[in-house]
Amino acid sequence: MRLRQSPAAKIGLSIAIATGLYGISFGALGVASGLTFWQTVVLSAFMFTGGSQFAFIGVIGGGGGGAAAFGSAALLGVRNAVYGMQMNALIAPRGWRRFAAAQVTIDESTATAVGQTDPLEQKRGFWVAGVGVFLFWNVCTILGALLGNAIGDPKAWGLDGAAVAAFLGLLWPRLRAREPVAIAVVCALATVLAVPFVPPGVPILVAALVAGLWGWFSHGSADEGLEPDVEPYPGVESANESDKEER
Amino acid sequence: MPMWGWVLISCAVAFLTKLVGYLVPAKILKNKRITRIAGTMTIGLLASLTVLNAVATGTQLTLDSRVGALVAAAIALLLRAPFLVVVIVGAVTAGLLRLIGLP
Repeated sequence: MRLRQSPAAKIGLSIAIATGLYGISFGALGVASGLTFWQTVVLSAFMFTGGSQFAFIGVIGGGGGGAAAFGSAALLGVRNAVYGMQMNALIAPRGWRRFAAAQVTIDESTATAVGQTDPLEQKRGFWVAGVGVFLFWNVCTILGALLGNAIGDPKAWGLDGAAVAAFLGLLWPRLRAREPVAIAVVCALATVLAVPFVPPGVPILVAALVAGLWGWFSHGSADEGLEPDVEPYPGVESANESDKEER
Repeated sequence: MPMWGWVLISCAVAFLTKLVGYLVPAKILKNKRITRIAGTMTIGLLASLTVLNAVATGTQLTLDSRVGALVAAAIALLLRAPFLVVVIVGAVTAGLLRLIGLP
């Protein structure tokens, strides 16, 4: 079968366009947070994992230091190690491809691959979504950063409101059961309580500690919060949800 | 350390984290507790970043147009709007609330 007729490649491409587009918001918010154009562009090219990138600029924009930005971005990237393990089992890249695969291991490529059953389709889905998002995401980041530099005062344009909406949009798809909602509420409360007492950026690490302790001591579903934040296969989703109810 | 240092080290750690999944024996990461913590921490960090960007200004808690943006974004998400639309709704709401005089 040719790549053009591959269902996984088609889905990977549509995911790549949809996800890549919001690289515009990352680029604009990156320069609004106080990073330079090139720092924003480098984050998209080399960090290349949306949640961590938004976390980094979110801490900087909120007045936090580089160390706190690093800490929250690093912790938010931990789930990618789990995705890497899943992808290693599914597509088993060898040699230099292993490093390329690692760089494009993100929510979107993992979700596209996991949704396929045929091993060849899994590979195609992973690579098309991963490389596709990488290309669109980086081009859009550059456009967004140029746009952000051009419009001046970010507050007047509501860009700080855009950052709030972006984080809620990243969190939302993970709140499909009672437990993740409880985790989110408790961590949000811990953050608000910590703000007046610790330097900017540190409240995020307090929330990470609370969430880590929750994960360590409780016994819920093993993949809670690890459902990738995209739905490449909306038709299949209802089946997964009913499956989850039974667990 | 200058900001460039933090940017580069964060990029390096992000890549190495992804690479770990391909290099360590699957057994280690299949540990239920580790996948649990990776998941709960993802939720906790995103929730923390959401409220922080909505109500924190340095070490102070403030109520301003950003809270309006949070509510508008939640409504957009309830209506199943795609991510980019949600972000634009947040920006437009905060911008409009400022235009009518809110902080």
